[in-house]
Amino acid sequence: MTETLVPFDEVLERYDPAMGLEVHVELNTNTKMFCGCPATFGGEPNSQVCPTCLGLPGSMPVVNAKAVESAIRIGLALNGKIAEWCRFARKNYFYPDMPKNFQTSQYDEPIVYDGYLDVEVEGETFRVEIERAHMEEDTGKTTHIGGSTGRIHGADYSLVDYNRAGIPLIEIVTRPILGTGAKAPLVAKAYVAALREILLGLGVSDVRMDQGSMRCDVNLSLSPKGADKLGTRTETKNVNSLRSVERAVRFEMSRHAAILDAGEAIFQETRHFHEDTGTTSAGRPKSDADDYRYFPEPDLVPVAPSREWVEELRGTLPEPPAEKRARLQAEWGYSDLEMRDVWAAGALTLIEATVAEGASAQAARKWWMAELSRAANDRGVELAEVGVTPAQVAEVQKLVDGGSLTDKLARQVFEGLLAGEGSVAEIVDARGLAVVSDDGALGEAVDEAIAAQPAVADKIRGGNQAAAGALIGAVMKATGGKADAKRVRELILEKLA
Amino acid sequence: MPEITRDEVAHLADLARIDLSDAELDHLAPQLQVILESVASIQGLAGDDVPATSHPLPLTNVFREDVVVPGLTPEQALSGAPAVEEQRFSVPRILGDEQ
Repeated sequence: MTETLVPFDEVLERYDPAMGLEVHVELNTNTKMFCGCPATFGGEPNSQVCPTCLGLPGSMPVVNAKAVESAIRIGLALNGKIAEWCRFARKNYFYPDMPKNFQTSQYDEPIVYDGYLDVEVEGETFRVEIERAHMEEDTGKTTHIGGSTGRIHGADYSLVDYNRAGIPLIEIVTRPILGTGAKAPLVAKAYVAALREILLGLGVSDVRMDQGSMRCDVNLSLSPKGADKLGTRTETKNVNSLRSVERAVRFEMSRHAAILDAGEAIFQETRHFHEDTGTTSAGRPKSDADDYRYFPEPDLVPVAPSREWVEELRGTLPEPPAEKRARLQAEWGYSDLEMRDVWAAGALTLIEATVAEGASAQAARKWWMAELSRAANDRGVELAEVGVTPAQVAEVQKLVDGGSLTDKLARQVFEGLLAGEGSVAEIVDARGLAVVSDDGALGEAVDEAIAAQPAVADKIRGGNQAAAGALIGAVMKATGGKADAKRVRELILEKLA
Repeated sequence: MPEITRDEVAHLADLARIDLSDAELDHLAPQLQVILESVASIQGLAGDDVPATSHPLPLTNVFREDVVVPGLTPEQALSGAPAVEEQRFSVPRILGDEQ
């Protein structure tokens, strides 16, 4: 079905967007939320299960202390309040991704409430209010067999692996995000990016969107410009990259506007996001919370974190990312624009690590933002996964600083690193990339250049030192770019003095 | 007095995957109404000073350390499954309700 869409700019002429973002984060605890099974990724199917996470009769759940600790630290880092007393609840539904026929979650008593996160988009700060963050467990993984699409519809039957069932999850839910207008898609993306950065800093999750340890559901509605009532929303599920978050918001805004323009009503439903086309398609009608028949989990006693514990955990929080950015910007002497670009490229921690390895902040920025960003872009991977480490960047820069590599040669080293040709030393060796600063070898090339361009040589003899550039260029060419340009210049001037 | 309609009973039956005929709905809806009324009369006995109880024991914060303990082998885990394929539980066709 081809969807009618309204161009994005036109949407904003008639409608105001409201967004709500729900982010699920898998914690990186050793064990599951309610049992001692390993919570690691990638095991053999059904090899990380026990009677509790399989929901077998007679089994009893017990809460993982580390998961509660992580939930509290996340709450504090999001400027939230920590409940003095809260309970788990059963969310009842019939779907075989949970063998118990319910998911243990929290309902009206989340462990974290009333937080916020400030995000910056193009120099403007938006405060995203966080309504709640609650503890729950992940579900098993279903594979649909048969049918043509590999999707649930048309499948003949499904296979279930319960390794993931019971892994601790924190679901972080925003209040409706209003007043973002044309920046709505960017604010959504920036919020998820900022959240990811905080979680990474806390060390509570791998936050790998590509592996599903961080997943985002995007709620979106439009209301006629100036209206004070929110429109009907759709919920686009499992949007699994930062770029997709932005695209999902953009697409749904255009789609909603077309429906509303036609005088029709938005159907409250979940939507599936398609990475390949950047579009969404209808999922299921959205259940009311009532349909899950939540009730307090009788097998788990309430969680009542003492204020002492909460304060102790507050003491373990890392420097908030925004403050850290301000500090690093001052230390590194970057302009606002440079800093923004660095952050947007995901290069901040990489540059920090490169500087820690001894490179200057300017040099670190140069390599990460030019050569390596381009390579990451070409390969469609995150900068951190491009295949070059901060230590290697620092090592290359050290060779440049020491005069044994030029920038041009350094770029060839990075080429080698990106192609997996080995260590920095191995590549320099194998590709023969060391700078020639040996006077004997350079002297010959300089003599040849002078002989080849007598007119230029005369100019230099006549005192025009700027003319040396032409000879330096010839020497660089003759040495395959490996000559130490500074030394070449000195030799030319000496010989033509 | 809470009231449960025939439509609500039909909806609940649907959520619980219980296939009820029209005759059964006609029969059960009034019965559920009586049960609700009985529970409501108990609710009336508790004043505002009596908090709702979800756990009979005055316990909080029962936690375990984040330490792996051996669970079941895949063979044990799957031993009670009616159908197994590729070391996974094989379940009948699922319609709708994807979480």
